[in-house]
Amino acid sequence: MKAKSGIIITGSVVGFMGVLLVYFGNPANMGFCIACFIRDIAGGLGFQRAEVVQYIRPEVIGLVLGSFFLATKNKEFSSRGGSSPFTRFVLSIIVMIGALVFLGCPLRMVLRIAGGDLNAIVGLVGFVAGIYVGVFYLNKGFNLKRSYKLTSFEGYLFPAVNVGLLILLIVAPAFLFFSQTGPGASAAPIWIALTSGLIVGILGQKSRLCTVGGIRDMILFRDSYLLLGILSILVISFIGNLLLGYFNPGFTGQPIAHTDGLWNFLGMALVGWASVLLGGCPMRQLILAGEGNTDSVISVIGLFVGAGISHNFGLASSAEGATLNGQISIVISILILLTISLANSEFLIKNKTLIGGKINEDN
Amino acid sequence: MKIIDTCGMSCPQPVLMTKKALDLEKDGVNVIVDNNTAKENVHRFMQKYGYTVVIDEIDNTFVLKARR
Repeated sequence: MKAKSGIIITGSVVGFMGVLLVYFGNPANMGFCIACFIRDIAGGLGFQRAEVVQYIRPEVIGLVLGSFFLATKNKEFSSRGGSSPFTRFVLSIIVMIGALVFLGCPLRMVLRIAGGDLNAIVGLVGFVAGIYVGVFYLNKGFNLKRSYKLTSFEGYLFPAVNVGLLILLIVAPAFLFFSQTGPGASAAPIWIALTSGLIVGILGQKSRLCTVGGIRDMILFRDSYLLLGILSILVISFIGNLLLGYFNPGFTGQPIAHTDGLWNFLGMALVGWASVLLGGCPMRQLILAGEGNTDSVISVIGLFVGAGISHNFGLASSAEGATLNGQISIVISILILLTISLANSEFLIKNKTLIGGKINEDN
Repeated sequence: MKIIDTCGMSCPQPVLMTKKALDLEKDGVNVIVDNNTAKENVHRFMQKYGYTVVIDEIDNTFVLKARR
């Protein structure tokens, strides 16, 4: 039980903060949304020009630095990288495209469900379906090969970049873009958002909370450890929403959401499938990036670039629903995911180097 | 005893490799991991599979020995 209390506490705190941040000014059902927040940062820096979603979100900075502090303190900080970085980059772009067609990362999906947004349940069904597909390829030997130890400097760079982002946010030079209206203009005060991020970063590093891992481990190993984290987020944010009067069940009129069931399903299916191949959800990538994992840094940069692609090419959905370009991008992304899955599954190709090699030699 | 080296493999590969190894070597295996997350995950998995686990640490690398 002691082993499980950490993940339950972490999930509960994330659920609590998710509601608290809305109370203090974040958009509805968006106390935390890693995809949305990285997209906002891309906008704040001018890498995408959708005027309503531009802001440097302190929650993201806090997550990375919280993880960095605890990992350093516990001597778990370890600079590593080199595990198929460009494949990870492409996978992360696809995660962002899927998330912005659905309108939220897996974490926001849970918070949307807790707020009564039934479209997010359709998204959850897609998410689980996508994870099943990813697990199918894991069982076929999918892996992105080993990472290697790198210089400490390499691992320190990303946390340093986040300190730089924080300075930019506070100094707010004129070349940044901050939304005047829309979701990007709805934000909790910097110090509250930053502190929330730091707390979740610290707890996330300690407990390994991961929305994709929760469902993946349940399917793969019947291991419920990480799933308890997701359930804790759901229960506590649901209670919080009830208490503050934010709970509003239904499909229509949900905040920053649309009712296109098929594209909600497919958007999250892409997120689930690609995230299983990456080894973790967007939030987990931020935490790992703070621990010195530069493969995860590449993933975060992929999410960032994916946000630019999504908004510059009109792929992201709006309250009216998925765009035609968004629908086309989903189809193309499925083909890319299929190619990546097949090409890296060792039991489907002859090159049985890693998992197959040592174990199967005497069979 | 078979040795499975999971160093550098990202989640959930260390556990998958352990599972595959234990399916073939019922008596037990030695699994090398290079981070705490993998150590905890592999440890939990071995216990769930009904093995007793002994862990040796050498320079932030761990050897988990699963035995019946």
